[in-house]
Amino acid sequence: MEQELFNGLKEALEIEDREIKLTDNFRQFKEWDSLGQLTVIAMLDERFQVAIETKQLNKLNTVGDLLNEIKTQSK
Amino acid sequence: MAYLKYSNVGISALSAAVPKRIIDNFTYTSFFSAETAKEISEKTGIKERRFVDDSTCASDLCFAAAEKLLVDVHVDRSEIDLLIFISQTPDFRMPATSIVLQDRLGLPKSAVAFDVNLGCSGFLYGMSITYSLMQQSNFRKALLLDGETRSRVYSAKDRQVAFLFGDGGVAALIEKDENFGESHFSLNSDGSRHSLIKINAGGYRMPSSCETVKEKVVDEYGNIRSEEHGYMDGGDVFNFLIREVPKDIDSILRTTGHTLADFDYFVFHQANAFMNGYLVKKLKLDSAKVPMSIEKFGNTSSVSIPLTIATQLRDKLKDRKRVFLSGFGVGLSWASAIVNFQDCQISDLVEV
Repeated sequence: MEQELFNGLKEALEIEDREIKLTDNFRQFKEWDSLGQLTVIAMLDERFQVAIETKQLNKLNTVGDLLNEIKTQSK
Repeated sequence: MAYLKYSNVGISALSAAVPKRIIDNFTYTSFFSAETAKEISEKTGIKERRFVDDSTCASDLCFAAAEKLLVDVHVDRSEIDLLIFISQTPDFRMPATSIVLQDRLGLPKSAVAFDVNLGCSGFLYGMSITYSLMQQSNFRKALLLDGETRSRVYSAKDRQVAFLFGDGGVAALIEKDENFGESHFSLNSDGSRHSLIKINAGGYRMPSSCETVKEKVVDEYGNIRSEEHGYMDGGDVFNFLIREVPKDIDSILRTTGHTLADFDYFVFHQANAFMNGYLVKKLKLDSAKVPMSIEKFGNTSSVSIPLTIATQLRDKLKDRKRVFLSGFGVGLSWASAIVNFQDCQISDLVEV
């Protein structure tokens, strides 16, 4: 699931120049903005069948937080 | 579910009007850098939009479209028994703009006229309401007008919305004819999400005041707007729509026994190219059957579906065509429709 999320984020945000780590703060990614948010939402729906609402998303900062939220919702 | 079915009524003629002033998104850089403008334009698929000047209203665009239609198809105005105006940018808080238009268009005083306050789903609601009233045996012709001046709603200093919206107006002539066959509508609402796309001020919950017009920085990105401006939580709107729209499409198909292969065209609300690309992918549609006008006109709210038909399917609705329509957005309100077109007369685009 971890690798699936890394691949999903790289594809959604068009990150080509580096690898993603669980400790990365995705809000600091230069590719992250309101449109980036939409592509990530679409990716989460497609790959994990989860929907993270803005209020909840705003509480998450790292890629690890995102992974935990997906795991929580997938239970 | 609110599922509605009508027989032998449809759109026999359609006309669209847009402001002549073109906004080039790539050079829309008064408040944002050229790099930001380029990036947003490319991702949303919106290259140009049309903006009205300060003295032009949605009703003026609809008036121009309606005049063109009435002349082009030689309609006897005394036969118009119903006039509906769909808009969230009316002329006044009262009276209803449709009634002002009854007089401007020289329609009979015996005509039924009223406004419908809905956004992106509005044209489908308007069609359904019109088809319903047209079941009256003495109703001859109806004019469905739909106009928006969203350029006057959103803050140019709020990057979430500054590059998306445009203005336009359409007029559709609706008549009875056996050639139209059956039409089907599914209409939906979710008021628990009413805050996702909203203008807070200017109604009676928050009347306009010196406070409501003050511009403020509203988020960590430095976006600026006032309570009089529209705002949109794009993320949550998208989260909701990518679930509910495909579900509603599936539901109307099952109810009517149709499959996606039965349609000549799919016309979706033009929110942004990304949303439509998502729907095409999710439903596995042939993109050649999904006309788009977002590149030229941006998101014109309720106008986007008929504007897409008028500009992209102009010569393609002569023979009988079965078309799937889907509108979704502010409310939240969303709708799906299955309609037939035959010999639909589409006027040249009017520039006001």
